[in-house]
Amino acid sequence: MSRIADRKVADPGLANGVASLTPEKIEKVVNQVLKGETGAKLKVYQETCMRCGLCSQGCHFYMSHDFDPSYSPVNKATETMYELMNKKGKVTPDQIYLMAQMAFTECNLCKRCAHYCPIGIDTGYIMSMVRRICYMLDVVPQYIRDTSHSHASTMNQMWVKDDEWIDSLQWQEDEARDEFPDLRIPLDKEGADVYYSVIAPEPKFRTQLIYQAAAIMHAAGVDYTMPSEPGWDNSDMCMFVGDYENMGRLKRAHFESAQKLRVKRIVMGECGHAFRSVYDMGNRWLGYKNSPVPIVHAIEFYWELIQQGKIKITHKYEKPVTIQDPCNVMRGRGLMDKLREVVHFLCEEVVEMIPNREHNYCCCAGGGVINCGPPFKNTRMEGNRIKAEQLKATGVHDVVIPCHNCHGGLEDIIGYYDLGMHGKFIGDIIYELMEKPEL
Amino acid sequence: MGISKWDWETGQKTVVESLSPIEGHGWQEEPYVSPDGETVAAIVQVDEGVFSVRTNDTVWENTFDKIWGLKFSPDGRLTAICQQDMEWVLVVDGEPMGETTDYIWETKFSEDGSVIATMYKGMERYGVCVDGEPWEELFENVNQYTLSADGAHAAGVAQVQSLGQADIEGFKKGIYTVVVDGVRWPNKYLNVWGPAFDATGEHVAAQVRPSVHAYTIAVDDKPWAATYGQVWEPIFHPKDGSVVAPVRVAGKWGVAKDGNILWEPRYAQCLYLQYGKPGNKLWAVVAPSYGEFTVACDNAAWDVTFPVVTDLVVSPDGTRAAAIGNEDNTNFRIVVDGKAWDGVYDMAWPATFCPGGKNVAAMVEKDGKRIILVNGKPFERSFDMAWPPIFSEDGAKVLIRAIENNSYVRIVADVARF
Repeated sequence: MSRIADRKVADPGLANGVASLTPEKIEKVVNQVLKGETGAKLKVYQETCMRCGLCSQGCHFYMSHDFDPSYSPVNKATETMYELMNKKGKVTPDQIYLMAQMAFTECNLCKRCAHYCPIGIDTGYIMSMVRRICYMLDVVPQYIRDTSHSHASTMNQMWVKDDEWIDSLQWQEDEARDEFPDLRIPLDKEGADVYYSVIAPEPKFRTQLIYQAAAIMHAAGVDYTMPSEPGWDNSDMCMFVGDYENMGRLKRAHFESAQKLRVKRIVMGECGHAFRSVYDMGNRWLGYKNSPVPIVHAIEFYWELIQQGKIKITHKYEKPVTIQDPCNVMRGRGLMDKLREVVHFLCEEVVEMIPNREHNYCCCAGGGVINCGPPFKNTRMEGNRIKAEQLKATGVHDVVIPCHNCHGGLEDIIGYYDLGMHGKFIGDIIYELMEKPEL
Repeated sequence: MGISKWDWETGQKTVVESLSPIEGHGWQEEPYVSPDGETVAAIVQVDEGVFSVRTNDTVWENTFDKIWGLKFSPDGRLTAICQQDMEWVLVVDGEPMGETTDYIWETKFSEDGSVIATMYKGMERYGVCVDGEPWEELFENVNQYTLSADGAHAAGVAQVQSLGQADIEGFKKGIYTVVVDGVRWPNKYLNVWGPAFDATGEHVAAQVRPSVHAYTIAVDDKPWAATYGQVWEPIFHPKDGSVVAPVRVAGKWGVAKDGNILWEPRYAQCLYLQYGKPGNKLWAVVAPSYGEFTVACDNAAWDVTFPVVTDLVVSPDGTRAAAIGNEDNTNFRIVVDGKAWDGVYDMAWPATFCPGGKNVAAMVEKDGKRIILVNGKPFERSFDMAWPPIFSEDGAKVLIRAIENNSYVRIVADVARF
């Protein structure tokens, strides 16, 4: 069995944070969080865990490291949260470094392991609380911390300035009018049925996704709008950092932006973690039991449009594809059937990854792990050999991936393991196949 | 033109007979109406890549490559953000206001509409542009700007220190502050949110993050001594200059006044603080328990609760309030003085009190039709489209601006008719 100390990775965010810690400060913060922000759930998890290890095979890290128990969910909980609980916060700064590295980079909070635990222990929750403690100790990996700073400052994750957002939409509208002459991306249209929200990488470097979404909305005749003011980014690295205070601020901006425009619902692009933020965590921190404005993930939205006959394609995608099931909208929302119905509508042949649906392996990018940046890329690559094997076994070249993080994660895996495959958003395929006006 | 000078003669006027696009126009976008209801306007495509603005049955002479952000000022001027030859300018009633620049957005007005402002970007520097004049000093970034009630002052949050890529330690030293009329506060903070003026426009309060885990309110750059787990938007008392803000302590929300707890933290949420003009009562939207929202006055919550409450409106004398309750964006109710009006709707807009505070009006939507309500009773017919109602100065009449049968109509109705 390896140990986390054997694979310590240098990161300025972790190193600088730990440098200012004292045992007294650690003890104080740990106990503050344990007492003030956790409750019976965490205690029950600790006291009822039998250390049976059945969760182990739920973890792609464990599976990818030849069943090394160090990567088992139960071990991760034991070496971090249970240690903090047992010692009542009396641990060293060096231990905090390693706990932070484990919590931020060796657990994607994907919750797959919870399906394998005979008593349903949610290790994703446990590791989230370890992250929360590390955030309160100011020990967070550099790159994801920077992203959370962007969120707090601009209400989006990539330091996109207010004008750059609007300009990106107008640029894509202009581009799209070459193909669809009367297409609009309606800004601030009060009373629209749909508020379409995206994540900041779209205006920053995946602008084709905005173009494609606008084309699909246009062709389907959807009454939609996009806001000109902050709140447009549904993503949330504050959530994964453990900065719940600004997670709440972000979600307020998002929901209030939609409420102000009097829309019926928010449709979000193909992003998994953002769904978790708006549907589960951010909304609840604000005191809402549900989302104050209904949230519809792109998978479900495309499924609706297909059911209503509003998406018309000229032909099916001919090459065989496989499907990546994003954790947050499978285990978090149960969209596995709708995803398949959408993909089967669009594609001639689907070769399933095994296991799949709610048992699919995580992409290893989610939970903010890819956002921890270059220092931890190898952690992700070596930690998801099982996904590479899963992908390779399908024998196909195209992977339908309805999630931004999964895209980044799988493209990295595909390159690292030289799989010769390529990821596609559902929007990529719909746009490619949809009927377009003859000019 | 002041509200008292509008046409308040009871009756209906068809302002525009047909709202169909004018012949030759490629398309016509969604309509906007002037506060007095005399003008309806829309962006129109007059030729491929050529845009203008239709007002009633005429079209601005000037055309542009792109137009967005159509807004009427409170005094009835029509503004639009227009691009020509890759440069942007605010156009007011068809004429450019000020010089063109790289980008403008977020048009705002003084309360009476006499002052018009936008955000401004020129040569990659940011500021506010007031009546066509940008601030003398511009910054690396400015956002969240606001105007004082009389429009004499503008404030925003400025980035006053450059930040290298992923420079998290630099961020923690503070790179943001408030800038008022182009002049920055001396202190820097990790974050600053939502600067707000007092009634005189001489003082500014904002939410600040002085250190990684601390949040508080700064008034004219002086942070309160106390810090909190989180804070929301501060407001000034309309008369005595004190400042209140929602604050989070040990996971519960309350209200602090000038750095001291005013409402003991006991709520699952507390936001949207408001005073009436006399400042006699303090109102807020609160969640007395998880998932149950309502309105509180001086820390006393209404009995009625909803999963979501928005759009708190306080009567001018500060003694009454209205809000919108809903069930996760469905089943909207108008709630006044703690009681929900009878109707349940698909959408609702903020209620409005008449100047005397006696009558309350609101617009709602049901089955695709807009309905105007006064004191909970609907106008005699509903509309394909409408805008929120406006009371006359004496509160005896209400102005309805609506579209029916493809015509834009202006109706002045006696409140007694409801």
